Amino acid sequence: MSDAEQPTDDGVSGDDEFEPIQVFPEAEEMDLRPGADNCYKCSTCDTNCPVAEVDDEFPGPKFQGPEQWRLKRQDDQDVDDSVMKCSNCMRCDSACPSDVPLSQMHNTARGEYVEEQMEKLSREYIRNRILANYRRLAPLGSMFPRTTNFVMGLSATQWLGEKVLGITGERDFPEFATETFREWWTKRGGNATSKKRAQKARAKRGDAQVRSDEKRIAYFHGCYANYNTPEVAKALVRVYEHFGYEIMVPDQHCSGTPMFANGMLEDARRSAETNVRELRAAIADGADVVASCSSCSMSLRQEYPELFDFEGTEDVAENTWDAVEYLRVHEDLEGELEDTSVGDEFDDFAYHAPCHARNQGLDGQTTDVLAAIDGVDAHDVGDSCSGISGTYGWKAENYETSMKIGAEMFDHMEESEAKTGLTECPTCSMQMEHGTGYEITHTLEVLEAALVGDATEATAQ
Amino acid sequence: MAIEDDVLVIGGGIAGATAALAAAERDVQVRIVSYKQSTLRNASGLIDVLGYTPAGDGPLADPFEALAALPEGHPYERVGSEAVREALAFFDEIAGDAYQGSHTDANALVPTHGGTVKPTARYPTSTAAGLASDDRDALLVGFETLPDFEAPLAASHLEATGAPFAARGVTVRFPGIVRDDAKITRYAHLLDHDEAVETADETRAGEPTAREALAETVRSHLADEARVGFPAILGDDRADAVRADLADRLGVDVFEVPMGPPSLPGMRLEDLLYEALEAAGVRVTTGVPVVEYETDDAEASATGPERIDRVIVDRNGAEIPHRADQYVLATGGLVGKGVRSERERVFEPIFDCHVPHAADRYDWFVDDVFGDQPYARFGLPVDRDLRPLDAVDDPEFSNLRAAGAVLGGYDFAAEKSGSGVSLATGYVAGRRAAEGCR
Repeated sequence: MSDAEQPTDDGVSGDDEFEPIQVFPEAEEMDLRPGADNCYKCSTCDTNCPVAEVDDEFPGPKFQGPEQWRLKRQDDQDVDDSVMKCSNCMRCDSACPSDVPLSQMHNTARGEYVEEQMEKLSREYIRNRILANYRRLAPLGSMFPRTTNFVMGLSATQWLGEKVLGITGERDFPEFATETFREWWTKRGGNATSKKRAQKARAKRGDAQVRSDEKRIAYFHGCYANYNTPEVAKALVRVYEHFGYEIMVPDQHCSGTPMFANGMLEDARRSAETNVRELRAAIADGADVVASCSSCSMSLRQEYPELFDFEGTEDVAENTWDAVEYLRVHEDLEGELEDTSVGDEFDDFAYHAPCHARNQGLDGQTTDVLAAIDGVDAHDVGDSCSGISGTYGWKAENYETSMKIGAEMFDHMEESEAKTGLTECPTCSMQMEHGTGYEITHTLEVLEAALVGDATEATAQ
Repeated sequence: MAIEDDVLVIGGGIAGATAALAAAERDVQVRIVSYKQSTLRNASGLIDVLGYTPAGDGPLADPFEALAALPEGHPYERVGSEAVREALAFFDEIAGDAYQGSHTDANALVPTHGGTVKPTARYPTSTAAGLASDDRDALLVGFETLPDFEAPLAASHLEATGAPFAARGVTVRFPGIVRDDAKITRYAHLLDHDEAVETADETRAGEPTAREALAETVRSHLADEARVGFPAILGDDRADAVRADLADRLGVDVFEVPMGPPSLPGMRLEDLLYEALEAAGVRVTTGVPVVEYETDDAEASATGPERIDRVIVDRNGAEIPHRADQYVLATGGLVGKGVRSERERVFEPIFDCHVPHAADRYDWFVDDVFGDQPYARFGLPVDRDLRPLDAVDDPEFSNLRAAGAVLGGYDFAAEKSGSGVSLATGYVAGRRAAEGCR
């Protein structure tokens, strides 16, 4: 919720007769004071912070948000540099019993810190800018994917990355796909082909509205599914077409998640402007927006309205869904999955719910849905954070913290009988693979196997 | 389409979790929807039934003897004392070795971080060696960086209550924690994982582990006490192992003293309940509020109460319909925000159930902070089936029951009855909801 409509009492809109006295002059920018006032210091947020649990140098979300806000009312107070240690997992948001907009406060403070206190020529700033703007570099990498993968995989490259930029040499860079999702989509015939396929599927399903425009979605694929794991994006396309949806793939930029996390709010604003414009147009065309990456949907739904005020931001937030959640609400997904099976391709999974899915109330969803498929069980590996938090765990100075946070998840994965991992978040999947060596799958790929058939059959489509 | 279940429980604290577990014993599909984390993180982790009567008499030796005399409308009077016993037995089954006290009807006396003594029916095993009825002398250990527990003060308080033993308190540095504002989860994590820590001791080779260093620090202060009490930060996931390890190294019993918020024993209780929910196949949706409801007009008779058809869960503006046959409201009280107030009124925000209160807000409280506060009893009146009642004592809805602190007619803080009421009413509401499924 934007500050403009933050009610005086957290989240409950009563009658509007009571006007609190304006004690402070009208703030020029976002005024987060109501949020700070709602904090009664119960410290529930602090007990949920994965960073504070492994590093006492981090003062925790209660300080980073409301306490720092109050301190800053004295003009000579700078933002404390510990704000850069926050991993932006946002677990404090769904913890707070008083609806204090903690992550919004952290994002704002981090933006101010980077803007006003960070040396723009420092290695840290340049490195963060590169990590945050993966979307700008990825197209270069995917022009010559095999060469890029070869060079990025060299230990010399990793060594240089650590020495020169402070990007940890412990991790393997994700490989670029030899064909991006958008290239595949264009080759396949784009929206027009999808329209035909959807109509055919509707006819086959006996939907009354074969020619209707009712079932239309705009797919926000984000960067990773486009450049690195197009199989996830293709799975979404096939699953949705199976249910008779025609798919549009609007022009889009990065969702902004890595930019918020690095305090690069101007970069995020530019990306958000593009995304809101394009998605709003798709919504006007009768589409609902779905995302396959939990951080992308989180960003469109929560951070955009919290941080930006473009025309249509609220509209996009209200009409954006997680891809599985959408099918669950609009179709009888579980009924459709009853008595399906996935052959030998998939077995049981060790499932990790990403923090950003958890914050959208989606933590139980995957295990619920997959339970309907014969021969597949998704075992939840607990509620700990994976520790990588996007770009956070890629920074040399955070690598150890990141692995300490992830230790609990690794242990639970090892204890689980399943030998394959499952999650909806790209960087969580990197961390899961890095910590255990398991292959990691996306939920949509399992749904595709159950509903559309195995991968070879799907490739033929 | 809506997300469909047989029983939908709104709220995920003790009452909500117990309701869901009780319902799941029948062959029905149960789901919990909870918005924010429950107030269990502010809870001591003790399971009280009744420590004091509403008139303030106590501490009560036997809570069950006092149940029959409770006034009409008190949640215990609504469900009856047999249900309280059944609910406790149900809890004992779930808690297993994690809780003690089921061997007797009598209240146990558990020392708190303020050095007071709390009458309670069940207590975490981690506090068992600390009971005030035990006549063995005790050493209480506090930490410089954890001002919530002032051990010497707590020890003198404890002695002043007339406890049958000598208590002594010392304050030491917690090995491995330097900062004044380290979170309790950091203390617990250090001990859980027995991380290597830096100590001030220059002479020793290598770094000791957290448990080793803590035991060494305490050993030098231990005289002939037979037990040592620490603030309740001795581990989270592996609390039993941490305690056993420290007891081994010190050669005496080790216990925890329950603390104020945020409380690890409360968090452990939450974990215990949620593991049971998972094992029982209860589906859990967290982080999203229920914002409105729709009634089923076809079902409403001209005279009877309305029937809730579906509730709407809000997800950042997207409306997710959830349908169930039976609903349980377990959203907490004034602190848990299941009961809200504005300057002119007190209300229940989801179903707008009737909350009796004086029209003039100056009658909601009395000046004496520890006096008999009317607001402490604010909540929903219910019938014996735990269905919320409207202003003329008719059920608000045919398929809605309420449990826990959202109920009115009792002051859990004064009576020491919070967890017991949540357990008993949660248990009854959950069971009746499952029985009511078509």
